Amino acid sequence: MAKGIKDRVAILGMGCSKFGERWDASPEDLMVEAYVEALADAGIAAEQIDAAWFSTHMDDVGTGRGGTPLSIALRLPDIGVTRVENFCAGGSEAIRAAVYAVAAGACDIALAVGVEKLKDTGYGGLPVATVGTYIPQWYPNAVAPANFAQLASAYRTRHGVDAALLKRAIAHVSVKSHANGARNPKAHLRNTITEDQVLKAPIVAEPLGLFDCCGVSDGAAAVIVTRPDLARALGKSDLVTFKALQVVASNGWEMQANEWDGSYVHTARVAARRAYAEAGIANPRKDISMTEVHDCFSITELVTMEDLGLSEPGQAVRDVLDGVFDADGAVPCQIDGGLKCFGHPIGASGIRMLYEMYLQLLGRAGTRQLVDPRIGLTHNLGGQPSQNICSVSIVGLEGV
Amino acid sequence: MVGIVEYGGYIPRLRLDRRAVAEANAWYAPNLSGKARGSRAMANWDEDSLTMAVAAARDCLGTAEDRGHVAAVFLASCTLPFTERLNAGVLCEALTLAPATDALEFGGSQRAGLSALIQGLVRARADGGKVLVIGADNRKAQAASGQELDYGDGAGALLVGGDKVLASFLGAGTVTVDFVDHFRQAGRETDYAWEERWIRDEGISKLVPQAVAAALAQAGVAAGDVDHFIFPSSFKKMDEQVANRCGIPTEAVVDALLDRIGDTGTGHALLLLAHVLESAKPGQVIVAAQFGSGAQAVVFRVTEEIASFRPAKGVSAWLARGVAERNYTKFLSFKGQLALERGMRGEQDRKTALTTAYRHRAAILGLVGGRCQETGRVHFPPSRFAHGQGQGQPLQDTQVPYKMAERQGTVLSWSAEYLSFHRAPPHTYGQVDFDGGGRILMEFTDVAKGDIEAGTKVEMVFRIKDIDDLRGYTRYFWKAVPVRPGQALEQQAAE
Repeated sequence: MAKGIKDRVAILGMGCSKFGERWDASPEDLMVEAYVEALADAGIAAEQIDAAWFSTHMDDVGTGRGGTPLSIALRLPDIGVTRVENFCAGGSEAIRAAVYAVAAGACDIALAVGVEKLKDTGYGGLPVATVGTYIPQWYPNAVAPANFAQLASAYRTRHGVDAALLKRAIAHVSVKSHANGARNPKAHLRNTITEDQVLKAPIVAEPLGLFDCCGVSDGAAAVIVTRPDLARALGKSDLVTFKALQVVASNGWEMQANEWDGSYVHTARVAARRAYAEAGIANPRKDISMTEVHDCFSITELVTMEDLGLSEPGQAVRDVLDGVFDADGAVPCQIDGGLKCFGHPIGASGIRMLYEMYLQLLGRAGTRQLVDPRIGLTHNLGGQPSQNICSVSIVGLEGV
Repeated sequence: MVGIVEYGGYIPRLRLDRRAVAEANAWYAPNLSGKARGSRAMANWDEDSLTMAVAAARDCLGTAEDRGHVAAVFLASCTLPFTERLNAGVLCEALTLAPATDALEFGGSQRAGLSALIQGLVRARADGGKVLVIGADNRKAQAASGQELDYGDGAGALLVGGDKVLASFLGAGTVTVDFVDHFRQAGRETDYAWEERWIRDEGISKLVPQAVAAALAQAGVAAGDVDHFIFPSSFKKMDEQVANRCGIPTEAVVDALLDRIGDTGTGHALLLLAHVLESAKPGQVIVAAQFGSGAQAVVFRVTEEIASFRPAKGVSAWLARGVAERNYTKFLSFKGQLALERGMRGEQDRKTALTTAYRHRAAILGLVGGRCQETGRVHFPPSRFAHGQGQGQPLQDTQVPYKMAERQGTVLSWSAEYLSFHRAPPHTYGQVDFDGGGRILMEFTDVAKGDIEAGTKVEMVFRIKDIDDLRGYTRYFWKAVPVRPGQALEQQAAE
């Protein structure tokens, strides 16, 4: 049995750019914005960084392939930089690589940076992805909203949920995230909305309307990690440490075996189970103080609550409507606004989620600060429910 | 004795309301009001003469997995999507016919349907093999022309051979002369036609009876003994006039379905033959004729075997399942005659890797998956490794080809979205679980709002997947449509 990552690596510093329609900024500017904050927070010199991992999804919108876009933008001191790419879970992958490198003893201090400059694509919504030469010959020319919307049709069937009730529950998800995002100065969308607005919005992909979809944003986030002993030697006292880092990639079972019912995300359930085991969490609903999950669409967040064991199967509709995941609920979700309102620059999102956990655990979250959070969970879903990469990461105060 | 041993047809679901077209064009061509009756069959955006040919062939051959009895495919059309690339070869792949199948194309004239049929009969008589003869057209005319209203889209298919003959071949007649009633130069999209009276009086009235007389003479049948006379022409009562000139009783003239589907072109005589055979009685004589660069005619006698065969759906069922389309701009757009704003997502490059297409042609064109011999699980696309029971050694190279096109499925999940560029929004797709195993995330076509729900039963159709406008390449795959009983032409397409 592997020993796991629990408490072996700590966060030394973090930074995050303002997310949004950053017409003023290039990807390089965004990376610098996040990195400068992280470096200052870590209190180290750039030369102390041993290696870096770079997460970006779209190679054709200004960030480019390979590791050099990061090393050149940040003028890194002749170190190894690896680009990682795992759809929307790329940021979490960059974290995992940096943390594992430190845990392995190969590095003392490692950097992970994620960036995406979606507003330079010209699209409202994600651009069309290229998926090789074979898949487009048979696979629908599908878009993310419809891929995720299928969760809703299957969920309704699986649990016998009335379409109008489910629509209202997922509307609540969006209303909650807007309320949270309004209190976050770095969030893309800072307006509050009503349930009525969500229900009346134009349909993007049945049954998802405009307000059921997350923002398409520019942004970058950065994290510097090290061993707890080195963090203390560098003058840090309250340490946020990694408790679990789990990633599961679909092996195609969902789309081929006729067994998956389409109403949940299989990889998320496996990743959550492993993450809880790694972190030593027996009762997630009681032990997890807060979550940042991959709410690319409102239905995704609702289903994710069940995948993470925070709601019983079929009960998330009720829990969501009861406010369990609101900022003042039992397990607050998307305190920072989530993908929905903080925004979703794909390669940066996993690190942005960690940033909120870090701020909350250190009591630095300003007007949206939760009372005494101790354990936070982040969840990324790259790809689509039927074929994806899912990450579940757990962080918390050292020793908790 | 050779003759027709199986038959089928295909008519697209959409039926363009002629009054709607006349009204849309009334400001410009008020003369069209004279044709503003009934409807014409209208191919969906993802249908062309090749996909309709596949549909007609499947109607004819039925759902049996083994199609080894088809020795050759003769495809007749004046509107095939590829001028160079064997369209009939695509059709063979879609029907999962063996590589040894001969495949030929006929065209150049509206009579090519009967030309292919006669050659198929000759071939069957010569070597005893069965020949699948298909005629199909996706017809295009100038906007606001009379042809736009007269024409229709559709396909007919006949399997000819020597065993269990439903209608025995008695004789054929041909007249080949360069009488140019209309023409279309290579590279042009629409026809140029000469004056109607000259075509009727000097062309059809003189040339068709010669071909019919020759056919009847070879058949040894008197004109007065003809029970069903098929002569597709969009000229009013032309069929009756030709019958009279030939000495064929007026009551033998077969309804050419022009009010309901229009003149579907090269394949129309085959489509009408398939329709007549649905109700023909043993001993009856059927004569079919087509006009074009002369004329061609063929004579059959229905046998006692006629009751032993039914097509998968049949022309009557295709006729009954239409939905009225009253949107003229949709028709123009589907025919490529109206350039609508596509948005940025419409700029996506749809280049096809021909190497990949070839390597996976069975999966893509034939919808052939892989069935694991160890677990029975069906994989699409087929793969080297199969999903096991979650235990033990990987199941490597355990899959054997497994045909999925003739199997029905059930919708597991779906959505309909307005974001991507799609020629008929909303773009609707979802997971389909196949009866007997297998699951594909696939597109739905021929659907309106409310047609698709989780649990909806679907069947497969061969359709255009993507059109690469940049390079002029059409790519095909299979889509799901709801399994529908025949329905009256009352319902309007809702999208």
